[in-house]
Amino acid sequence: MPYVSHADIGGRSGFGAVVPEPEGAVFHATWEARVLALTIALGATGRWNLDMSRSARETLPDYLDLTYYEIWLHGLEKLLIDKGLVTSDELSAGCARLAPVPVDRVLKADQVAALLAKGAPTERASVTPARFKPGQRVRTRRTPAEHHTRLPGYVRGKRGVVERVLGTHVFADSHAQGAGEDPQWLYTVVFDAAELWGSEAKPGHSVSFDAWEPYLEAA
Amino acid sequence: MEEEHSELSNVERRVRALETVMTQKGYIDPAALDVLIDTYQTKVGPRNGARVVARAWVDPAFRERLLRDATAAIAELGYSGRQGEHMIAVANAPGRHNVVVCTLCSCYPWPVLGLPPVWYKSAPYRSRVVRDPRGVLAEFGVTLPASTEIRVWDSTAEVRYLVIPERPTGTEGLSEDALAALVTRDSMIGTGLARAVGET
Repeated sequence: MPYVSHADIGGRSGFGAVVPEPEGAVFHATWEARVLALTIALGATGRWNLDMSRSARETLPDYLDLTYYEIWLHGLEKLLIDKGLVTSDELSAGCARLAPVPVDRVLKADQVAALLAKGAPTERASVTPARFKPGQRVRTRRTPAEHHTRLPGYVRGKRGVVERVLGTHVFADSHAQGAGEDPQWLYTVVFDAAELWGSEAKPGHSVSFDAWEPYLEAA
Repeated sequence: MEEEHSELSNVERRVRALETVMTQKGYIDPAALDVLIDTYQTKVGPRNGARVVARAWVDPAFRERLLRDATAAIAELGYSGRQGEHMIAVANAPGRHNVVVCTLCSCYPWPVLGLPPVWYKSAPYRSRVVRDPRGVLAEFGVTLPASTEIRVWDSTAEVRYLVIPERPTGTEGLSEDALAALVTRDSMIGTGLARAVGET
């Protein structure tokens, strides 16, 4: 089965108007808050990483029909089942039937503040020199990835300019596949809108994204 | 809560089942969930970012540190951690406007802005702002001069972006707290501008 991300929607049409929302309520139902908290707390078990959870969400076949926290809920259930922490029968029944599997950690209330403060920095020591420098012209990879990637479709095979070198970071593509951190240089690459959108682009519009080195070749 | 007395929806039942099974298996401590929710409902939100912006408006040395190393400068005010591990601040200026998006999911600088609004995570914004930023800004009631350059930042890696909006004119005598009150959440994403004095 080819890998399909349903989340890669930059530049697509047909989703309608944006509906602004006043500053204030962050949850629109009690269950949304529980899903956010369950996602963070179960992430602390250490059985998957952030890139694996993004991959689990973006490959949900009904991704575009779900609300945001429904995506999180279904993605979380998928990870829990895939990683063997629970069975789909147990979730349907709402009752544990099998013994738990060992996990790295069970997050306690008094550990929450420290967990959030620590975060999960992705910068790592650089062991190779950066291949590109600011001002250099680059082209992004043309071929779609057969796995989770953070190279959006709308910037594939496009020519841009390296603007900033961001250090060496955990490589999402490898990390999502369970292939370790595989740290790679990360760059901000900027594109003129005309390179991305052709004649409909307005002057003075540019778009940048953050690209790991394997996404880029010299142009 | 109200739902205790009414019929549970499918999604509510599904979440409740998940939490029950996770608790029975000992994978979670329900009290930790309550602390997590309280943190993002009452402690971490866009007022944090507004304080960062107001400080940058009144303190040129802080502004310089913020533009050079935003993670460290923001930490000076006590904001750091999850989803803000690697921060970059981008400053609006006359003729230059910045807008932030995550086209692939919902990456957002939690320590300074809290959890993202629904529109930020939704398909219309994520699909269109990279292609037609002026059209999207118009839906927020923002019209920029035709000569203003617009940069859209797509947060594809673990770097998180905070927009420093332009300081409104006529605010010279205001305190830092009064200035922070002019800094809206949307102005720090780039879909709004800071409020003028007296504007609500």
